[in-house]
Amino acid sequence: MKQHICTSINGEITEFLCDSSATLLQVLRDNLQLTGTKEGCGSGDCGACSVMFNDRLVCSCLVLAVEAQNSRIDTIEGMATGDKLHPLQQSFLEHAALQCGICTPGFLVAAKALLDTNPSPTETEVRFWIAGNLCRCTGYDSIVRAILDAAEKMRHAETGVAP
Amino acid sequence: MHYHAPTELAEVAALLASAKGQGRVMAGGTDLLARFASGMPRPDMLVDIKQVTELMVIEQHDNGSFTVGAGVSGAVIGEHAALCRVWPGVTEAMELIGSVQIQGRASLGGNLCNASPAADSVPALITAGAHCRILGGQGERQVPVADVIQSPGKTCLASDEFIVSFYLPPRPARSADAYLRLIPRSEMDIAVAGAAVNVTLDNEGVVVAASVALGAVSAVPFAVPGAAELLMGSRMEDDLMAQFKTVVSSSCRPINDKRGTIDYRNHVAGVLAVRAARIAGERAAWKEKA
Repeated sequence: MKQHICTSINGEITEFLCDSSATLLQVLRDNLQLTGTKEGCGSGDCGACSVMFNDRLVCSCLVLAVEAQNSRIDTIEGMATGDKLHPLQQSFLEHAALQCGICTPGFLVAAKALLDTNPSPTETEVRFWIAGNLCRCTGYDSIVRAILDAAEKMRHAETGVAP
Repeated sequence: MHYHAPTELAEVAALLASAKGQGRVMAGGTDLLARFASGMPRPDMLVDIKQVTELMVIEQHDNGSFTVGAGVSGAVIGEHAALCRVWPGVTEAMELIGSVQIQGRASLGGNLCNASPAADSVPALITAGAHCRILGGQGERQVPVADVIQSPGKTCLASDEFIVSFYLPPRPARSADAYLRLIPRSEMDIAVAGAAVNVTLDNEGVVVAASVALGAVSAVPFAVPGAAELLMGSRMEDDLMAQFKTVVSSSCRPINDKRGTIDYRNHVAGVLAVRAARIAGERAAWKEKA
């Protein structure tokens, strides 16, 4: 039996029908065509499907879509403002912090969750925070640099002082 | 699979009873949904307990004890300053589980009910003397955490029962706990061995109460009363701790598997227990100064 779910996705009230066994990841990608969120392992190990669920960073493969009733979901599609990339997205480009790109949305959502709570993380804090996101291409170094650099730029933007 | 998200304790019990053994409780779902993805048959009924207030709150009582809802996530536990201060071992054990993403969902009750030999929070809950409030069709009962897991994947809960909350007892002054585990990576893995120690010191720094429990070195996490007794009356002197390590290692009944051999696990459990005891002792002494 399909269930009718009403939820907020990237600030917009969204309705969908889903099976009780469907994951949030499946509904985002297959029902709502929000394909920025990727499926890697499907078992919560790789972090490619990371989204914000009621302001918590989660793997959307480990959330049932029916749980989303009256919830707030934020995905990679809500990260840029119109054509203006989020500083983290810009930083990933400048640092070439991606190759194949499958893990990138998950890293960006996870990194934003970190900087929203801790605007000046140490390199160690960044590395531990992104331990739930796997990248088979970059070796992580460029990703860590991109996050640290974006954090610095965002702090300067906040204070109005050029880096 | 019928999904229900009741808001009252009585509804959870009634739903589980109506499922006649074909119901499953879901808290964070981090173990359950991963199993569904790997092909485990889905139950007829899934009861999501996260809308029930009693299961989702942490309360500190006037006597210093805590009640932690069974559905409270690791992230919420780690953000609770008072709980982390009073029970540093329990909270650090819960926070070791998985990634930030997993921490946002994985619950204390789920970690226990998943009944893994390597469940990180369980040795710490055992040494804390934690009890579970269990509710079911036959009413309510209190069970020590140490008695819940019966074998890998199996708990003492009847099919219509669920854990409402954990009770962490009041603590004397100069008490602290610690949990350590060994994994081959620095994050995101399952314990090769884990050790929790909870101690109370007198004002001379002598151990006047102690408990020790181990994970991943037996079919179920278990307490080691013989090792705890050794600590009593001591200041954790080096020669005593060598003996303590031997007692801990000889209490282990691990298996050989891809994570480690029997000999390695016996050894590592002893090393971790010694280190956890020293950390718990330092924390207990430090608390007096604080």
